[in-house]
Amino acid sequence: MSADPTRLGEVAASAPGDGRVGHPPEVRSYYARPVIKEPAWTWEVPWYLFAGGLAGCSSVLSLAARLAGHDVLADRARSIAAGAVVVCPPLLISDLGRPARFYNMLRVFKPTSVMSVGSWLLAAYSTAAAGAVGLSWWGRLPRLRAAADTAAGGLGAVMATYTGGLMADTSIPVWHEARRELPALFGSGGLASAGSAAVLLSPRGSAEPARRLAVTGAGTELIVDNVMRRRLGMVGKVYERGEAGRYHRAAEVATLLGGGAMAAGRHRPWLARLGALSLLAGSLAQRWSVFKAGFQSARDPQATLAPQRARLNRGEGHRAPSRS
Amino acid sequence: MTHSAHASDRLNHAGGPVPGTEGTRFGFFTDTSVCIGCKACEVACKEWNQVPERTDTGFTGDSMDNTGDLGADAWRHVAFIEQPRGHDAMPRAGLGPLVGGEARSAGNGRAGLEWFGQDPGLPPGAHGAEAIPQLPIFNGEPASPAEDGFRWLMSSDVCKHCSEAACLEVCPTGAIFYTEFDTVVVQDDVCNGCGYCVTACPYGVIERRSPGQPGGGGAFKCTLCYDRMKGNQQPACAQACPTDSIQFGPLEELRARADVRAEELIGAGVPGVQLYGHDQGDGVGGNGAFFLLLDEPEVYGLPPDPVTPTRNLGEIWRWVGVAAAGVVAAAGAAVLGGDR
Repeated sequence: MSADPTRLGEVAASAPGDGRVGHPPEVRSYYARPVIKEPAWTWEVPWYLFAGGLAGCSSVLSLAARLAGHDVLADRARSIAAGAVVVCPPLLISDLGRPARFYNMLRVFKPTSVMSVGSWLLAAYSTAAAGAVGLSWWGRLPRLRAAADTAAGGLGAVMATYTGGLMADTSIPVWHEARRELPALFGSGGLASAGSAAVLLSPRGSAEPARRLAVTGAGTELIVDNVMRRRLGMVGKVYERGEAGRYHRAAEVATLLGGGAMAAGRHRPWLARLGALSLLAGSLAQRWSVFKAGFQSARDPQATLAPQRARLNRGEGHRAPSRS
Repeated sequence: MTHSAHASDRLNHAGGPVPGTEGTRFGFFTDTSVCIGCKACEVACKEWNQVPERTDTGFTGDSMDNTGDLGADAWRHVAFIEQPRGHDAMPRAGLGPLVGGEARSAGNGRAGLEWFGQDPGLPPGAHGAEAIPQLPIFNGEPASPAEDGFRWLMSSDVCKHCSEAACLEVCPTGAIFYTEFDTVVVQDDVCNGCGYCVTACPYGVIERRSPGQPGGGGAFKCTLCYDRMKGNQQPACAQACPTDSIQFGPLEELRARADVRAEELIGAGVPGVQLYGHDQGDGVGGNGAFFLLLDEPEVYGLPPDPVTPTRNLGEIWRWVGVAAAGVVAAAGAAVLGGDR
C-alpha cells in the first residue's frame, strides 16, 4: 500500500517528461501503484554486503601477500577477514522473518537460488577464514592452516562478489538490469575497504601493497558505478533521488577523496590513514545506496512497466505485443 | 445444476478435481469481461484460508478499490478501473471502427452472460447485442454503453502459479514447491522468512507477513486452495464467484475455452480483448492462472512482459566470475607491483 505522500512523490518524480532525449514514454499504470513488491530486507543487509566484501577481499589480499612473502600484511589481513566474517551470519539471521529457523538455509542446496549457493559459500568461507586464524593462534597443523588460507583466499573472491548476483537475481529493475556491474561494484568496493582496513591496522612499512590495492579498488568502484548508471538509463535515475541519491553522493565524495588521499599517501602515513577511513565510509555508503535504490525502484511502477512495454513495442518481448 | 456450467471429466459435481487427477495441471481462467467487482472471491479466500486482516490498509481513494494490491494478507485482489470517454484501449487489428453496430454484430452477439447456467439474454443496445436500434446522438456520434460515458474494467487478480515460478526458483530453503497439480505452494513450516521470493516475483504477489500476525515473518500467497483440491473441492474464490468470471479446471481445457471466449468477444466488437498469461512462450513459461483482459495488462497493474529473473542466472554467475577473477588479479598486482 503506498498511500503516503513520500511514495507518491517518488512516483511523481520518476514520471517521464523531464525532456531528456530517448526517455521512454510513460506507460499507463494502475493508479500509479507499484507493480512489484519492495524487498522485505532490513538494515542488516547493506551491513552484510559491506562486511562480506571486506572479509572476502581481505582473505584474497592475505593469500596474495603470503605468496609474495609479505607475511606481516598477510597475518593482519587474515585477522581482519576473520573479524569481518564473524558478524556476517548474525546479520543474516537477524534479517530473517523467522530467525529461529536459520538452519533451514542449509536444508537443501539449490543451484537456482543465489541465496542458497551463497549460504553454503558463507558456511564454507567463514569456516576457512575463522579456522585459519584459529590454527595460526594454536600454532600447530601448519599444513592445514595453509590449506585454510588457500581456501579462504579462493572462496573470498566469490564471497565479495556473489552478493552482486544475489541482488541481480530479482525482479527489482535497478538491480536486475545491473547484473553485469553489481558483482564488480561490490568486488571493487570490497578491495577498497580491505586495502583500507589493512592500511589502518598494519604496522608502518608493511602496508604498501594494501595501499595500492585500496587505490585500485576505489578507482574501479567509481568507474563501475558510472558505467552501471549510464547503462541503466531511466531506471538508474533512482541513484539521483531520495535516500539512494543521498547515500550515492556520500559514497562518491568519500571514495573520490579517500582514493585521492590514499594515492597521495604513499610517503605520508597520516594521509593514507585518513584516506582509508574515507574509503571504508564510501564503500559502506555505496552498499546502502544500492540497497535503498532497490526499494525506490520497486515503488516506481514506471521502472517496471516502461522497459517492458518498450521491449514489446520493439518486438523483443517474450509475448506477442497484443492478441488478434 | 453444477456450479460450473462447463463439463469436464476431471471435475466432479462440486467443481473440484476428481480423485486420480494428480499429475494434471489445474489452474484458473479469470474472464474479466464478466467480473462485476463484487469481491466475493476476496471474502471467500480470506474466510477459507484464514488470511488475517491487513494491518496497513485504508481507503486508497482510487476508485472502488480498497484492497490495493496482492500480498501476504490479500490473495485475491479485485482491481477497478474507470475509463472515461476517449480512453485509449486500442482496437484490435481487423476489427474496424469501434462505433456502430456493424462490427459488433459480426460475432454471434453473445458477449456478456453466456457462462451463466441460464442466459437471460442481452438487453437491447447492450455490449454485444445483435442490433442497436435508434441510438441517441451525442456530438455527432451514436451513443451506446460501450462508448458514451465511460466503461468499468474489473478484474480479480491472483497469484499466477507460473510454469517457471521465480519465487520457487530463488527460495533457498525449498519451502516453495510444485504440487501434484502443478500449482505453486509455500510450506509454512519450512519457510524461514528470508524474503528472497518477495524480490523475485515479477508480479509483486508474494509477501512476508508482518510480525505479530498469525504466521508472521513467513512468506504467504495464494495456494490455489491446495487443501480444498486435495479434498476434491474447487478453490474457494472460484466457488464463490457469482458470474463464473473465475473458472477453475484442468489448464488445457481452460486454455481452449479462453481461446473461444476471446474470439467471441472480438467478434462482438469488444475493444481491447487479450489473453494474459496464456502463452507458454512468455517470459515465465506461461501462467497456471491466466486472464482475459479488456485492455493492456499495465492498466490492471500487471507487468506487460514479465520475465523470471533466474532466466538470466547463467549470465549473472558469469559476471560474478569475471568480478571474482578481477579481485584476484587486483590483489596479485598489488602485492607484486612496486616495493613493499
